[in-house]
Amino acid sequence: MAISSNKHAEKVHISLTVNGEHTEVAFAPHRTLLEVLREDLGLAGTKHGCELGECGTCAVLLDDRPVLSCLVLGVDCAGRSVETVEGMAEGPDLHPLQEAFADLGAAQCGYCTPGFLLTAEALLKENPSPSRDEIKQALAGNLCRCTGYIKIYEAVELAAARMRGEPAEPSNEAMYGHR
Amino acid sequence: MATVNGDAFRVVGRPQRKVDAVDKVTGQTRFADDLHLPRMLYGKLLRSPHPHARIVHINTSRAEQLPGVKAVLVGSELPTPFGILPVSQDEHALTPDTVRFVGDPVAAVAAISEDIATAALDHIDVEYEQLETIASIDQAVERSEPLIHDYGDSGNLHKLIDLEFGDVEDGFAEADVVREDLFFYGGSTHLAMEQHASVASYSADHKLTLWSATQTPHYVHRALARVLDMPASRIRVIACPNGGGFGGKSDPFNHELVTAKLAMKTGRPVKITLTREEVFYCHRGRHPTLMWAKTGVTKDGHITAMHFRTALDGGGYGSYGVASTYYTGALQTVTYQIDRYKFQGARAFTNKPPCGPKRGHGTPQPRFAVEVQMDKLAEQLKLDPAEIRLRHLVPPNSLTANYLRVGSIGLGACINKVVAGSGWKDKFRKLPEGRGVGLACSSYLSGAGLPIYWNNMPHSGVQLKCDRGGGVTVLCGSTDIGQGSDSILAYIVAEVLGVDPFEIRVVTADTDLTPVDLGSYSSRVTLMSGNAALQAAERARDMIAPEVATKLDVPRDRLVFAESRVFDTEDPERGMSFAEAVQAAEAALGTIGTVGSYTPPKSAGRYRGAGVGPSPAYSYSAAVAEVYVDLESGIVSVPKIWVAHDIGRCINPTAVMGQVEGSIYMGLGEALMEDMAYRENRRVVHKIPSMLEYKSPTTLEMCDVETYLISDPDPNGPFGAKEVGQGPLLPVAPAVANAVYDAVGVRIDEVPIMPEKVHHALKQKAKGKEARYGPTSFPEIAWPEPTRVPTPAEGGDGKAFKREEAVTAVPPERQH
Repeated sequence: MAISSNKHAEKVHISLTVNGEHTEVAFAPHRTLLEVLREDLGLAGTKHGCELGECGTCAVLLDDRPVLSCLVLGVDCAGRSVETVEGMAEGPDLHPLQEAFADLGAAQCGYCTPGFLLTAEALLKENPSPSRDEIKQALAGNLCRCTGYIKIYEAVELAAARMRGEPAEPSNEAMYGHR
Repeated sequence: MATVNGDAFRVVGRPQRKVDAVDKVTGQTRFADDLHLPRMLYGKLLRSPHPHARIVHINTSRAEQLPGVKAVLVGSELPTPFGILPVSQDEHALTPDTVRFVGDPVAAVAAISEDIATAALDHIDVEYEQLETIASIDQAVERSEPLIHDYGDSGNLHKLIDLEFGDVEDGFAEADVVREDLFFYGGSTHLAMEQHASVASYSADHKLTLWSATQTPHYVHRALARVLDMPASRIRVIACPNGGGFGGKSDPFNHELVTAKLAMKTGRPVKITLTREEVFYCHRGRHPTLMWAKTGVTKDGHITAMHFRTALDGGGYGSYGVASTYYTGALQTVTYQIDRYKFQGARAFTNKPPCGPKRGHGTPQPRFAVEVQMDKLAEQLKLDPAEIRLRHLVPPNSLTANYLRVGSIGLGACINKVVAGSGWKDKFRKLPEGRGVGLACSSYLSGAGLPIYWNNMPHSGVQLKCDRGGGVTVLCGSTDIGQGSDSILAYIVAEVLGVDPFEIRVVTADTDLTPVDLGSYSSRVTLMSGNAALQAAERARDMIAPEVATKLDVPRDRLVFAESRVFDTEDPERGMSFAEAVQAAEAALGTIGTVGSYTPPKSAGRYRGAGVGPSPAYSYSAAVAEVYVDLESGIVSVPKIWVAHDIGRCINPTAVMGQVEGSIYMGLGEALMEDMAYRENRRVVHKIPSMLEYKSPTTLEMCDVETYLISDPDPNGPFGAKEVGQGPLLPVAPAVANAVYDAVGVRIDEVPIMPEKVHHALKQKAKGKEARYGPTSFPEIAWPEPTRVPTPAEGGDGKAFKREEAVTAVPPERQH
């Protein structure tokens, strides 16, 4: 019901939920979710680093679970729910992960950032108090070449604390280094 | 006027978000591939499947007839060569006659979809005549046939350098211990997460715009004008925010020129985005470098002489290679005093993707050698590795044997910090077998002292305007590649004008709108564009202040610019908003706009080759690495690195921390795993052009990092700031290698330190043979007659001895 195929245009037409909104889109059936998001829906916040499932850059949430959108066919998303980085903020209010990434400089070039944010969001939904090792495990499929990951761990920990309602601030060591 | 008093800064030195942080965490930053223009076509490059071949014939007619194909391009349509260095104009947009590596582009297509463009490549018929390949440094030294290029210093040797500062033989005679060691530093690539992309648009009035993922829009601008044979004034280059650069987007690239030409040919916008595989072919990464180091020291470790040889595997084109080669010999002298110094460097052309500048550009390789050899010398002399270094640091405000002017040097403080922080004295040679610690130091430039194209113009320019609403706009050609250069401009201007950095608009990297900045390379941007911004902001303040002083009837030197106000420091209530201050100035003077620019100080060296190495300021780093070595498998893991970095002064300490941690990460990847590997027996095809097979550290391999920031303000830096983006990478590989020796007593004189190498050395050790893995010979190279330069200690004035004076008509080489 969510899929219809128009043989003449050789496109499939699906409906799905994107960032909480009902969305209709038609595209060539071989297109990946990555291509549908970026090229058919204009959601360029989702990036790509390899298009082979190797780098984690294109991660989005499909029914709340992180997937590599370059390895998911668009047609397989019919009737399902997709969240991209564009859907993380609530109106003008950034998600606590976005705030923490900005505060700590966890986004340098920012290219891998959407994939990290969404993977971390899924982690914190499952585990509101992850240890450093659990964060490393959860993010092990996402490559970042700028940060050395450390500011990313610190940002996830900061956001997790804030989401638990704790009045957390970045540590002096994270902001200034050790004395 | 009350301005910047001592350390009483309001913005500088405080943690801040970057000005583009919110765009980045919300996915709003528009990278080159995110751009879509109406009627845009998609371009694809056909790349050579052969490492070395002559193009006999290209037939594009089948591709042209494919529905949806709008243009096909071959090399003869863009015959003018280009290259980043004036001495290496050896590339073509599409190679017209010879392919020099697997992946060398020979033709291009523009079509209405990426699918059609890709399919059309299969319809281009190319007949090749294969040539013998040159696959290694050794082969390039041995064989001058076939020639990869018809230029170069000798056969397939692109560049040969021989520089001598004092007589090293005299120095070796004075030494108590002389060591000769061989080292090899493997090739690695930048692997920026963003694949290169560019979009071009050509208007009906013959103006070209190129948006590109480039670190150097100014040089792309030059290359476009040259290759397209168009006035530069009709070309606009906009560098999009780079999704990581690390040096990999510093050359003008084939796809940028081709995108532009296809847009001109079709009259429609064109985009080319490279696949990850193509990015591996673009490369320009770390030169694989073989090194021989002969060093003489006195009993207390003072270096009386060093003779250093490098041989670089350059790949198929020149790129920055001449500069890279000089850099493998330039910065040995800026950490520990070296009385006499001789450097011989050779760069080979080989049939592989071209090497170029990667983070640290030509200096991590020799630094690895120097620091591992220091470790060996310390052991031989029974000195602590920290102590031998501390005793012989280059003094501040001094001139090295090769005429590099060192200003501030915080290396001693760096060493002391990591020694204390790591518990070095309780660990070194004291940990159980399989665990060890190693120490290494380094230094890097805060910007190259000379531009790539010699001229007397500034290296960085800023325009600044203040509007009646109190808004400030800063325009600069600098390019933010993630390092935060846009933010630096805002912080510095905010500090001087007393406004909120997040209220400043920063416009950068647009050749139509912004004054030239040479680009994001050589760690030059904070120092150079920062100084230009500082000058522009101070000039704006100096325009505004007198008018405010008159209006408030307050002596000018009592005025403070802070908190978006201008007020009397003795009576803070007496003041006006910054907007009112600008209005007062505009009423009196007209539109308020200023410019600032920065040109580095003249360098001291006057010999041929003196252009590479000078910098307005040198940063310093020291690191201790702790390792675990598995005795069965040889697997090395690194739980923690302690690093101290002499930053001069932090403009934003959190951003500095990010650069240090990122450098440690990239250094760790080079130390342990990253490897540009080729199948030599399969005609030099890249072994593993994918992110899965090119191993780089994930969260699971990355070590903990404990960072110490050392402030030793340098008078040449804005507020004393020096570089941080590259220097802290350098000590990682030698610190890890030294730690492996501490852990298991084997010397791995080669990176990456892969398990099989450690395993091999452990087996050798068990057999009672030399407990070492590394190169065993350096090729016989016919070095040119050396350029002999007396050292400053010998009374030299920076010029070479007579033979050189005879050729003063030839300008010294002034590559980056």
